[in-house]
Amino acid sequence: MKADRVLLNILVFGQCRALVGADVAPVMVVVPTTAASALDAVCDQYPQLAPLRSSLLVAVNEDYARAETPINAGDEVAVFPPIAGG
Amino acid sequence: MELDSAGDIIALTPEPIDTPGIVRRLVRARVGAVATFEGVVRDNLHGRRTRHLDYEAYEPMALKMLRRVAAEMRANHPDLDRLALIHRLGRLQLSETSVLVVATSPHRATAFDACRFGIDRIKTLVPIWKHEHFEDGDVWVEGVRPTLDL
Repeated sequence: MKADRVLLNILVFGQCRALVGADVAPVMVVVPTTAASALDAVCDQYPQLAPLRSSLLVAVNEDYARAETPINAGDEVAVFPPIAGG
Repeated sequence: MELDSAGDIIALTPEPIDTPGIVRRLVRARVGAVATFEGVVRDNLHGRRTRHLDYEAYEPMALKMLRRVAAEMRANHPDLDRLALIHRLGRLQLSETSVLVVATSPHRATAFDACRFGIDRIKTLVPIWKHEHFEDGDVWVEGVRPTLDL
């Protein structure tokens, strides 16, 4: 697959949404990429998230991602803190 | 709230949760036991006085994960009959129900066990966040990281 620089509209929730000040955090990434790289990119482009980096979770297409989970153009990507339902 | 194809009720809702109404809709003739668990808004967090809570969800993923929890409940308990997994969203006042798990079955052991399993899995799997407002400030409640052996 050819590498492309694309704008990834990352959905942010909870404290991440509050810190970004919006529901979506657009970031420039080169695809294909991985969940860990996307998290690095969002923390780099939104430094207010960087202190939370080690606790943040990534979901790709509505499933929890591992560090190496691939991300391609068109995937739905979300970044959020640990979950606190119940 | 509608029953899905399995007869279950799985939902996120901004409206108050009507537990007796949900139970009435789930129970059918073969059922002999109903276990319900409700999480309700407590008046303090580590001793700090709570005024109200705001819950938010990544809604499509939260519904997907609630359905996964339901599938796991049924896989672990083949004689489980209909179930409900419902989480409230938005602003909740003290003592309001934030989450409801209902497990129905022919006999009580399955109902109790599946209900307990269901709420424990919701807390470790469903992407929902809690913003707690106190009389003197607010905090995003510290959450848990899902186990990723999915």
